[in-house]
Order: sequence, then structure tokens, then C-alpha cells
Amino acid sequence: MSAFWSAWVTVITLAVILGCTWLLLQTRKSENFKEETDQTLGHEFDGIAEYDNPLPKWWFQMFMATVIFGLIYLVLYPGLGNFKGLLGWTSTGQWEEEMAHAEEVYKPVFGKYAALSVEELQKPENAAGLKMGQRMFANNCSLCHGTAGTGAFGFPNLADSDWLYGGAPETIKQTIVNGRQGAMPAWGAVLGEEGVRDVTSYVLTLSGLESDAEAAARGKTQFQALCTACHGVDGKGMQALGAPNLTDDVWLYGNSFEKVAHTIRAGRNGVMPAHKDLLSDDKIQLITAYVYSLSNK
Amino acid sequence: MNQIPVKDVTPKGKGEAVNLYAEREHIYVKFYKGFFKNFRIISGAIMLIMFYTFSWLQWDGRQAVLFDLPNRQFHVFGMTFWPQDFMLLSWLLIILAFTLFFVTVFAGRLWCGYACPQFVWTWLFIWAERFAEGDRNQRMRLDKSAWSMTKLRKKAVKHALWLFIAITSAIAFVGYFSPIRELVADVAAFSLGPWEMWWIGFIAVATYANAGWLREQVCIYMCPYARFQSVMFDQDTLIISYDEARGENRGKRKKGADYKAEGLGDCIDCDNCVHVCPVGIDIRDGLQYECVACGACVDACDDIMERMGYEKGLVRYTTEHQLEGHTTKLLRPRLIGYFIVLTAMFVAFSYTLYNRVPLEVDILRDRGQLYNEASNGMIENVYKLKIANKEQQDHQYRISISGLDGLKLIDDPVVTVKAGELLDYPIRLQLSRDRLERPNYDIQLTVEALDNSSISITEANRFIGPAPRR
Repeated sequence: MSAFWSAWVTVITLAVILGCTWLLLQTRKSENFKEETDQTLGHEFDGIAEYDNPLPKWWFQMFMATVIFGLIYLVLYPGLGNFKGLLGWTSTGQWEEEMAHAEEVYKPVFGKYAALSVEELQKPENAAGLKMGQRMFANNCSLCHGTAGTGAFGFPNLADSDWLYGGAPETIKQTIVNGRQGAMPAWGAVLGEEGVRDVTSYVLTLSGLESDAEAAARGKTQFQALCTACHGVDGKGMQALGAPNLTDDVWLYGNSFEKVAHTIRAGRNGVMPAHKDLLSDDKIQLITAYVYSLSNK
Repeated sequence: MNQIPVKDVTPKGKGEAVNLYAEREHIYVKFYKGFFKNFRIISGAIMLIMFYTFSWLQWDGRQAVLFDLPNRQFHVFGMTFWPQDFMLLSWLLIILAFTLFFVTVFAGRLWCGYACPQFVWTWLFIWAERFAEGDRNQRMRLDKSAWSMTKLRKKAVKHALWLFIAITSAIAFVGYFSPIRELVADVAAFSLGPWEMWWIGFIAVATYANAGWLREQVCIYMCPYARFQSVMFDQDTLIISYDEARGENRGKRKKGADYKAEGLGDCIDCDNCVHVCPVGIDIRDGLQYECVACGACVDACDDIMERMGYEKGLVRYTTEHQLEGHTTKLLRPRLIGYFIVLTAMFVAFSYTLYNRVPLEVDILRDRGQLYNEASNGMIENVYKLKIANKEQQDHQYRISISGLDGLKLIDDPVVTVKAGELLDYPIRLQLSRDRLERPNYDIQLTVEALDNSSISITEANRFIGPAPRR
């Protein structure tokens, strides 16, 4: 807040409180606190007139108490523009405090299992740890990867045995901690539309899908020139880069001719977000164990 | 029938203020004995004993009646209720309300006089008061007298007794929410948690204030039932009433004198009925809204009548019709109607309770996508099963599917759920593409306990696939 708006808020806030107080004091009968008066307000409807009685004492005192409360509050807590309040309370601070408290309470619970290796956690006696992992997976991962980890269009299936980057526990953990960038470049400008269709035909043959043999033969040459750097000479992919295996039945972006052509033409950009700032190491360890368990039953 | 004396609150002249505030007069309840008092002592004692002891009963090695709020589980003897069973609680409360209506139509304010906790505790406190300070006259004198060591001692004893009753009640109450055996041990060791401390303190203070200080003020000014119970009355409802025809003209007389000749009725104007009344009314003015139908005046008057050698029942349980010389009709449409509704609800409630399946199954289809294609070419749907085992023992459940031939459950169909646990269990159903004739099918999932086939729930859901290529 700029100085002007800060002053604006402060002045208005205090003016309203003081104004209410002034009004309260003004409307209070000064004649020795008389409880009741015979004065009427001077208007009359159908013979009904209203006494000019002051506010009942308890009511007046309650009002005053709210004024005092308000002033004390404004001194202690932020409320007057940029003034931070004497207690230095902030909502972020409170959130951090509560998070720290939760960490303190639950760390031993997670820690007990997180100290174990992923393989250890697969054992039946550590089922409770795996269950925690499952719950955290449901909260943090299932939105993209599905409740059962079976993935969706553009989101890898974690429950099968096919891995883009490898399925070793350490690799899975790396994926969760640092995230991944699955970048498939766009080849449309390089290949031209004809070329894209040819390469698509060839790629479909790799996993035994039907396609135009002539076009596939043309596409093979281009594939060897452009694609093997990542997907390998045999099209089996490269886990170091996260380049998918093109010879199996697993298709992250669909295996219809049009979908594959689109992948080659416009490229794909899959993002697995890094979770190192979102989840503690203990939690990631348990989620890793759960993800590992999906394909290693 | 004379008119009940009313307070005239018409504004006097213009410009004169009227104060509608009724100053409280302290009521000194006199000691008495009698049939209805015994009845109330028995009913009150039964309820107090239940209140104090039910939390100590055990069932399968745990507290029989425990409302476990943190875990959202409510144990009542052999049954465990979850928040999902809230409907049952609603119906129970509705049944209790109707019971109250039924009883009120039949016998007036029976609840207030004999069963209401406010009153049961009030009588308990009045007893403590009499124990410490003596009966009515002594108490009045004591309150009027100047402070002295004796007065201080008596008052201290009284308040100590009150606080003792209040605190034990509070501990007994909190013991239904926090296991009482540990609670009492904690109280003894002064190691209570902040919440238990707060609730015990709050309920103790509330008991002390309600039964010690507020008493009849609660019934007269605060209680909602007192406000609306009169609409349930009809002319055949049992009320406590003074038999005016017999009692008037009231007046003092010598015992054995021929009072009828003097033109007097049976009422000797001793004010005993007023002195024993816990709400401080004179029953001889007719039925009043303050009256909680506790029967104290009946007992007190019968006692006097006996001593005078007159017939009992000058103040008695009777009905308006009887007082007017008609006969009372017991079976009237209103009463019969309440009875039928009450019986029907009670039967339905018992049936529901008896046939309750201690299992809860929710099926949530996975969001995000309708179906996916597994690498083996099958169409796959993912569901999240939430299985809640509401029983006190662990169970193994078998999950089975029906409604679509060729549908396969990929995951382990047998799952173990511990007692009182809510398990999230994702399952995958697969169907080969050539079996698909429609884009979606209705299917049924059944979860059944392996060891008890009566614990079984079937839920309907859908299986969705791509539109088949024609």
C-alpha cells in the first residue's frame, strides 16, 4: 500500500470509530443518568407517542466495550493501513506456525517409515507406510495420473511396467523431486506436411500398426535422419532423455494416425512439476514407495 | 369459576412509564413427604443412577456408551454409529419429541415434574440446601440474620455440597465423550487435557448456576417446552388442580369444629401448598403457566387433610372435565393419533436399526477422464471405492461385479478393512473392445464380508467406453 492509501484507510477507520463514540456520548442523557424520562420525541401516530429515553445503560456499556475492543485490536493487529500491529501477527506467519506445528506432530509418524528404503516399504509389515503414500498420492498426484495411477491422455500410466525415465526407486524419486520436461520438438517446418505423414506411417509400423507401406518406406529414411538421436535406431526410446519407446503398445498421446502426425508436426511438451518445494522429503519417500508398488506387485 | 387474578399493566396516564420487569422473589421450598414425592424420588434416582453408571459399563473390552467425537464414532452398547447414520439420530429425536407430545396430551407436564434434568438436579440441590441450612423457616431466618460464623459455616457447607454435586455431574457427563476410567484417573492426578478441563468446568458451572441459583427462572422464562406445552392440553388432560367447589370458602378453624355451619369449605388456608411449591405459585388460583406439575402441593395438602380428618384430594391430579362434573374421555382422536404415529415410527425405527448393515460403500468414478485404453488394448475404467467397516471387528470383503459380461476386475477382489476403518481402494475394471456394443453400461458392484453374507452392500455405477466403431 502506498503512503496515501495507508493514510486514507487509517483516517477513515479511526474517524468512524471516533464518530460512533461521539454519537453515543451525544445521545446519552446527561441529566444524572436518568433511566427514564417523561419527555416524548414530539411525534405521534394514532395516539402512540415515543418516549425520549436514553439507551439502556447495559446497552451503552456494551457499545463502549466494542469501541475499546476495536481500538485495542487496531493497536495489536494490522488494520490501520501499513501499521503492522504490536503483536506482529500476519496470516502468513500463522500459516507457517501451523505448518511447523503439523510438521512437528506428524514428522515422527512419517519419519518412522520414510527412514526405510523403497524396497523395504513394499513388505507387508510396512503396509501402514504404503497406505500413507497412497493417501498422499490421492491428494497430490491422482488429479493427473488417476486414482489408480493409470494415467490419462498426456499423463503417463504409472501402474504398467513401461517407464519413460526408468522405474528404479531412485529414478522415480528424482522425477517427483525435480520434475521432468518431456519435450518432443516440432518437426512440421523441417519435414513439411508430406514428410510428416510419411514419418507417421513409418512410426506406426514400429509397433505393428497398419499403415501405407510405401509412405512408411519413405518415412524410414527421414526417421533415421531426424528421430534416432532420441528414440534410438530401433525406435526403442532412451530413458535418459525420457524419449518414449515407439515399438510398444503404450501411447502417451494416442496411436491414431492423426494423433501421431500431430505429435510429429507440432511437437509435445509434457511437464511433470517438481515437488521438492511442495512436499517434504519424508512424504516424497512414501509416495515413491507407493508408485513403485503400483507396477511391482 | 373465579377469574385468575391478573396484573394490570395498562399504561396509567400519558407520560407515565410502566415497568414490566418482575423482581425475583426467592423461593424457600418447604420439606414435605408424600406419594408423588416418593414416585419422583424413585424416577429421579433411576435416571441419576443411569446417568452416573452407564459410562462405566463395558462392552467387548471398551466403554459401552461412548461418543467418540474426534474419531466420529458413537458407540452405544453393541452398535457403532457413524456420522453417515445421522438420519437415525434425527428419527430418534423425532420419536422422543412425539413421545413428549403423547405424554403431555395424556398427563400434562409429566416431563417437567418427574424427568427434566433441570428439575431433578434442582431437587437434589434443594435437598443439599436443607441438609446444610435446615428447613424453610430456618433458611429464611438465616438469610435475614447478620453474618456470623455459624451462618458462614452453613453457607460454606451448602456451596461445597452444591459444587461437589456439580463437579461430579460434569465429570459423569464428560465421561460419555472421553473414556471415563481414564478421565477419573486424570482428575485424580490433576492431569486433565485443556478440552476436558474446559468442558468439566463449563458443565459444573452451568449445573451449579442452573440448579443452585436459577432454578424456576429457567422453567418460567427460558424453557421452550414450557412455552408451547399448553397448546397440547385439552379438557381431558391430567392437571393438578385445587377443587374450588370443595375448598371454598377457605379459612382457619379449630380441629373437629363444625366448619360447614360457619360457611367454610375444606381449605384451612394454611398455605402449605404455597410453601412447598418449587416455582412459588398458589395452586388455588387455578392452573398457571409456571406450574411444572411436580405434585408437591398434592402431597402437602393431602398431608394436611389427613391430619384434619378430611377426605384427601382437595388438591389432586384431575382434569378440567372432571372439575366441571363431566366424565373424562381418555380415548380421544388427538391421543389416538399421536399413539398411532408414535407406534408406527417406533416400529420403523426398530426395524431399521435391526436390519442396519454395518458397512458403508461409496463408489467414486475417477475424474479427469471417462475411460482409458490399457496397453493390452482393453478399455479400462477406474473407480475409487470407499469402504467403511462400521463393526467392532476386522473383516475381509469380497468385491464382485455384475451387470456386464466380460468385465474383469484387475485388482485383488478381496480386501481387508480393520474395525472402524475407512479404506480408500482404487479398482480398475477392464473390458475388451470387441465386447463393447454401447458407449455405456449400468453395472453393479457388490461388497460382501467373507465371514458374514448378511453384511453386503450393492451399489450401482456406470462403465463407460468409446462409442463402438460400426
